[in-house]
Amino acid sequence: MTTMTYREAVREAIREALASDKRVFLMGEDVGRYGGAFAVSHGLLEEFGPERVRDAPLSESAFVGAGIGAALAGMRPIVEVMTINFSLLALDQIVNNAATIRYMSGGQFGVPLVVRMATGGGRQLAAQHAHSLEAWYAHVPGIKALAPATVADARWMLPAALADPDPVFLFEHATLYPLEGEADEPGGPAELGRAAVRRQGSDVTLVTYGGALGKCLDAAARLAEEGVEAEVVDLRSLRPLDLDTVLASVARTHRAVLVDEGWRTVGLVAEVSARIMEEGFDLLDWPVRRVCGAEAPMPYAKHLEEAALPSPDSIVAAVRETLA
Amino acid sequence: MSAGTLIEWQKQPGDSVQRGDIIAVVHTDKADVEVETFTAGVLEELLVEPGTKVPVGTPLALIREAGAPAPAAPAPSAPAAAPGRLLISPSARHLAEELGVDPGTVRGTGPGGRIQRKDVEAAARPPTPAPARAAPGPPAAPPAEERGAAMRRAIAAAMARSKREIPHFYLGTTVDMSNAVRWLAEENLRRDVPDRLLHGVLFVKTVALALREFPEVNATWRDEEVVPGGGVHVGIAVSLRGGGLVAPAIHDTDTLTLDELMRAFRELTSRARAGSLRSSELSDPTITVTSIGERGVESMYGVIFPPQVAIVGFGKVVERPWISEGQILPCPVVTATVSADHRVTDGHRAGLFLAAIDRLLQAPEEL
Amino acid sequence: MTRAEIAQTVLETLAEIAPEVDPSEVASDVDLRDQLDIDSMDFLNFVIALHERLDVDIPERDYPQLGTLDAIVDYVVRSSPQPDQRPR
Repeated sequence: MTTMTYREAVREAIREALASDKRVFLMGEDVGRYGGAFAVSHGLLEEFGPERVRDAPLSESAFVGAGIGAALAGMRPIVEVMTINFSLLALDQIVNNAATIRYMSGGQFGVPLVVRMATGGGRQLAAQHAHSLEAWYAHVPGIKALAPATVADARWMLPAALADPDPVFLFEHATLYPLEGEADEPGGPAELGRAAVRRQGSDVTLVTYGGALGKCLDAAARLAEEGVEAEVVDLRSLRPLDLDTVLASVARTHRAVLVDEGWRTVGLVAEVSARIMEEGFDLLDWPVRRVCGAEAPMPYAKHLEEAALPSPDSIVAAVRETLA
Repeated sequence: MSAGTLIEWQKQPGDSVQRGDIIAVVHTDKADVEVETFTAGVLEELLVEPGTKVPVGTPLALIREAGAPAPAAPAPSAPAAAPGRLLISPSARHLAEELGVDPGTVRGTGPGGRIQRKDVEAAARPPTPAPARAAPGPPAAPPAEERGAAMRRAIAAAMARSKREIPHFYLGTTVDMSNAVRWLAEENLRRDVPDRLLHGVLFVKTVALALREFPEVNATWRDEEVVPGGGVHVGIAVSLRGGGLVAPAIHDTDTLTLDELMRAFRELTSRARAGSLRSSELSDPTITVTSIGERGVESMYGVIFPPQVAIVGFGKVVERPWISEGQILPCPVVTATVSADHRVTDGHRAGLFLAAIDRLLQAPEEL
Repeated sequence: MTRAEIAQTVLETLAEIAPEVDPSEVASDVDLRDQLDIDSMDFLNFVIALHERLDVDIPERDYPQLGTLDAIVDYVVRSSPQPDQRPR
């Protein structure tokens, strides 16, 4: 059993890719000399040199565009955008080029690009640096959006993303980097497009992704003390969404509580809720409930930031409401 | 019989009835017969007065089947919902159809009186009989006694119907239990007190595994047809304190380890005795196993619970003389029996089924 | 625990297993299985409860010794090296 941190798992995944495929290179702000804003690429410049580990200027539009161009030309770039907050500056490249080139070229060209970005709040970085905008990416046809929430997924989703001929976006919740866990399974590229049941239960289904997974598991442990067994589903893939796994769970529990750190209005789990209603109406014994981020720019003060995000307490409270 | 006299009604208009409920007692030339309903729904109108003699074939009552539109007058126990709009969750609505419960008579405990699954499950359990309105009866009995009496009547109806409709045949065999008894003693020595296994768990597991080889015995008989069981769900006959019997199912019995089976056993027994079984546990068994050995009974030939097609019985494990290689030795043995439905199987197949159970009991470590 | 306290605990445990029985009506020198409706599941639950409440481990081979209330109390007393030890 190999235990490592989420950060080390991502690093190992990048290292393995660089070592085994000459077309792969890493590009982003501070990934080289600095070793990565989150220390993910620490040591990689020394190991692989400046052609394979490339420091980019402070212009997301430029280096994401460069990544798209490199992918078009036959490379397999891993572009690191420091955080999802800065990716907004590259949205035109992403939505209008990366996501559309295969369609607009009638299949003549594809963009086998992988973009990794840190995401989420909880570190007192305030309104401009705490976004959870995965929903915006999950909205766009032509790309895949993944949220590795475990060390194993951090290790093995990247090789699968690199093997995909179309753009894949990996969202790494910044609070997960120090998380320790096992990285042995599956030992090869992870299965994409499938959710995973992280905890089995029979009374309620908790659906979540990314940084909120740990909070849902904590909430489930607390609920178990009250005799309520919660099943926890980790979406893993945000586009495409695996509703089959979610519905199979709701078929057993008849209750769904969806947990998302992003803002509630027009958020990612609003889509999950709509699909459960459309495809699993008859399974429900209670309306679907959502636990989401507060409808406000992220506060700076610690207690306010905590109040603005889902917590094990608020998840437990939502579950209890459905069992009244 | 050409005519009968209605003695008394056991249900009143507005009562929810399930298939098998007794709704009236009729006097014939030979005996008083309990009349059961084969339809689930709500009793709407009584057509014959007690004391009246009517020819065979006379309609006695009207039952509105579950799912039919509600009458204009609200049922006595209807919840205070807005007229024309019943608040019920989609899942609960389906469950109500499945169980033959009229949602209009269920009390909802969700917000705004909305009916949830658990409300439907509660309504599906045998109801306490409503007090008679036709004539002043004796003072109302305490609720526990009424429930006990209702269960007694339900059992009586089911057993009588079983014997009337199912052509039972009976097979028995004596099984050498030396390996099983020895293995169980060794196992329980190694285990902590709360993890000890009972004989009954071995019996249930062997039956479950044997059913994989004889699926025709793991079926139900519905509408003149054999319907194969979707999985092996063994019903465990649990006697209730103070009398009464239920036989709830352990789902997918053949896939459980002995430990899991023992835990399920204990959990089911305590819930059965507390009266909190789920309706699926009562309606899903594909076969029943009854193990009655503690009372000193050596062999037990049960009555099949319709719509199942067989019931397996185990008596007491006793020491008896056994011939082994020409010598008479004391040996623990148990008599295993099967009562089976002759429409569905025959002596040869049922005999092989029993032989499979015997074979499995010889290798308890593989269970 | 004194013998009387042990007897009281055993009786209370029995009352949990067979709640319909009036503990004051249980004869202490008549086999329990003749007085009460107890099956093998009840008996196992009883043994487990005794184990938890009185910290006494009863191996299966000793089951035949647990016939009457008196016999059970004797067994528990014999199994506890310090009869004054308070239960957990």
